[in-house]
Amino acid sequence: MIEVERLSKIYHMGVQQVPALAGVDFRIEQGEFVAIMGPSGSGKSTLMNLLGCLDLPTSGIYRLENLNIQNLNANQLAEVRNQRIGFVFQSFNLLPRATALENIELPLLYGRVPNSREISLQALDRVGLAHRAKHKPTELSGGERQRVAIARALVNRPAIILADEPTGNLDSATGKEIMNLFQELNRETVTLILVTHEQEVANLTRRIIQMKDGKIIADKRVEAC
Amino acid sequence: MLIWDLFKMALRSLVTHKLRSFLTALGIIIGVASVISMISIGEGARRQTLNTISKFGTNIITIKPGQKKSRHVTTGKVDTLTLEDAEFIEKNVSLITGVAAQVYRSAQLKFENKNTNSTVRGTGASYARLANFEIDRGRYFNKDEIRSSKRICVIGSTVLKNLFEGRNPMGKTIKVDGKNFLVIGTMVPKGALSWFDPDDQIFIPVTTAQKRVFGMNHVQSIDVQAGQIDDLETIKEEVSQILRQKHNIADGKEDDFYVQNSSQWLNSWGDAAKTFTYLLGGIAAISLMVGGIGIMNIMLVSVTERTREIGIRKAIGAKKKEILEQFLIESVLISFLGGGIGILLGIGISRVVSGMGDWETVVSTQSILLAFGFSVAIGIFFGFYPANKAANLNPIDALRYE
Repeated sequence: MIEVERLSKIYHMGVQQVPALAGVDFRIEQGEFVAIMGPSGSGKSTLMNLLGCLDLPTSGIYRLENLNIQNLNANQLAEVRNQRIGFVFQSFNLLPRATALENIELPLLYGRVPNSREISLQALDRVGLAHRAKHKPTELSGGERQRVAIARALVNRPAIILADEPTGNLDSATGKEIMNLFQELNRETVTLILVTHEQEVANLTRRIIQMKDGKIIADKRVEAC
Repeated sequence: MLIWDLFKMALRSLVTHKLRSFLTALGIIIGVASVISMISIGEGARRQTLNTISKFGTNIITIKPGQKKSRHVTTGKVDTLTLEDAEFIEKNVSLITGVAAQVYRSAQLKFENKNTNSTVRGTGASYARLANFEIDRGRYFNKDEIRSSKRICVIGSTVLKNLFEGRNPMGKTIKVDGKNFLVIGTMVPKGALSWFDPDDQIFIPVTTAQKRVFGMNHVQSIDVQAGQIDDLETIKEEVSQILRQKHNIADGKEDDFYVQNSSQWLNSWGDAAKTFTYLLGGIAAISLMVGGIGIMNIMLVSVTERTREIGIRKAIGAKKKEILEQFLIESVLISFLGGGIGILLGIGISRVVSGMGDWETVVSTQSILLAFGFSVAIGIFFGFYPANKAANLNPIDALRYE
């Protein structure tokens, strides 16, 4: 599903070159639930940006469903983001003026998917918020907002869902609920990758990749699950 | 994403910031309203002027003494034209259907205890026809009466009103500068112009005016009517040539008269009014431009404000083109709505203007289309830069923007 070979990203800060990602290799199969951990500056955000097709690598190969991402142009990347990737952010990133349902519908509109209303309603129902369809994000609790965001990530049936600190802005009880939702989705064979610095959160996944200084220093299965 | 969805999004964003949208559109509203009202006022003025000028007949050339230096300045002697000149022209110039010499001055008119100060015009027999005057009662004087310098007059409707107050003037005698004149006819009113009331006149035989009232031997102007408007230029040439001969003007010397053509006058007036309209339109167009810059300004602020939104949209798959369209539609929508309101306002203003004074205004479809097209074009032109800026944002930076 995901194949990454010698992937590297170098940022240019003036004359200085800062290697944020120094050649990583890994594979993620369909249906996996992976946590990426590491201290700040370890390259995990850079890796997420590359996996999310928000950015292109300096060198290396990134294959998503046999598609060579590093060869794509901006429009093709937008299409990949729209159809194969779902994003869940720490700060939810919902459009404040749109209702929950409209937020979920947005990827379908950009993808020109017919019957977008019904599909969005199903996705909202999947995260248990069908009764909140007409509410704006400001009228929802933090947990509800993150559920809406997850529904938005799900709605286009993407190959992977990328979650960047999805529980970072939530209290631990709500964070637990969100993680339960992720686990449920994973059982339905949705592939999930999340970045976190909380060990308890990572322990709820099935595989933990540890990063440091732009390299992978550990990659192990979680047995407890 | 379909255009309709983008349109709905733009509309929502405008409705969310009602006051801001209105203030942004205000420049366009004022610009369009001024374009519409200025052009309609200018066009109204032009039509009104042309209308009044054509009342005097458009197939007339007028010969006056002296030399015309510019539109308003004449120099030279004023007594170079005579009645014989008029007769000479009538006999020797082809293609003409009438000649009327004139003298005129203002004089005091009196009937019983009523007084009025009006223009006394001494004319030839064909003047009424040449100047498009219609006889109401009685008749105009004939050539015999002119030859014998009869003291008879035809009075205009304003004079009729002032002196007779509705009574029948026919056969009555009025005093012109103390001399008795028999009223033999009245004129149908022509309607006053802003600078001159053609009905506040009496008409007497030109010879009578010269000898018995004004005491002069020359005439102040000679009107020549062309049978066809296309012949005006030929007649003008011919008249000049004949008069030079008759006045013994050597080659290379200046004419002691000048020839004016009423259609020329018409044209120059029309041109002046057109220039006026363009000038007003130009000023209005500048305010439209300023309105456009206002749109660009607010759209730039809006793009900065919504950087994060743009980041989100890009992350979930919006293409560059779709972000560009979204912001472009928004600015076009502002200028479009502004243009619509401006058109209504402009029509309102020109209604008020024509209601207040007796000033005709003409709102042309052309000016509406022009203003509308212009405002939409401004929305596109000034909306493009901010929209393009939004479309080119890097999704990662946009997402991180606080």
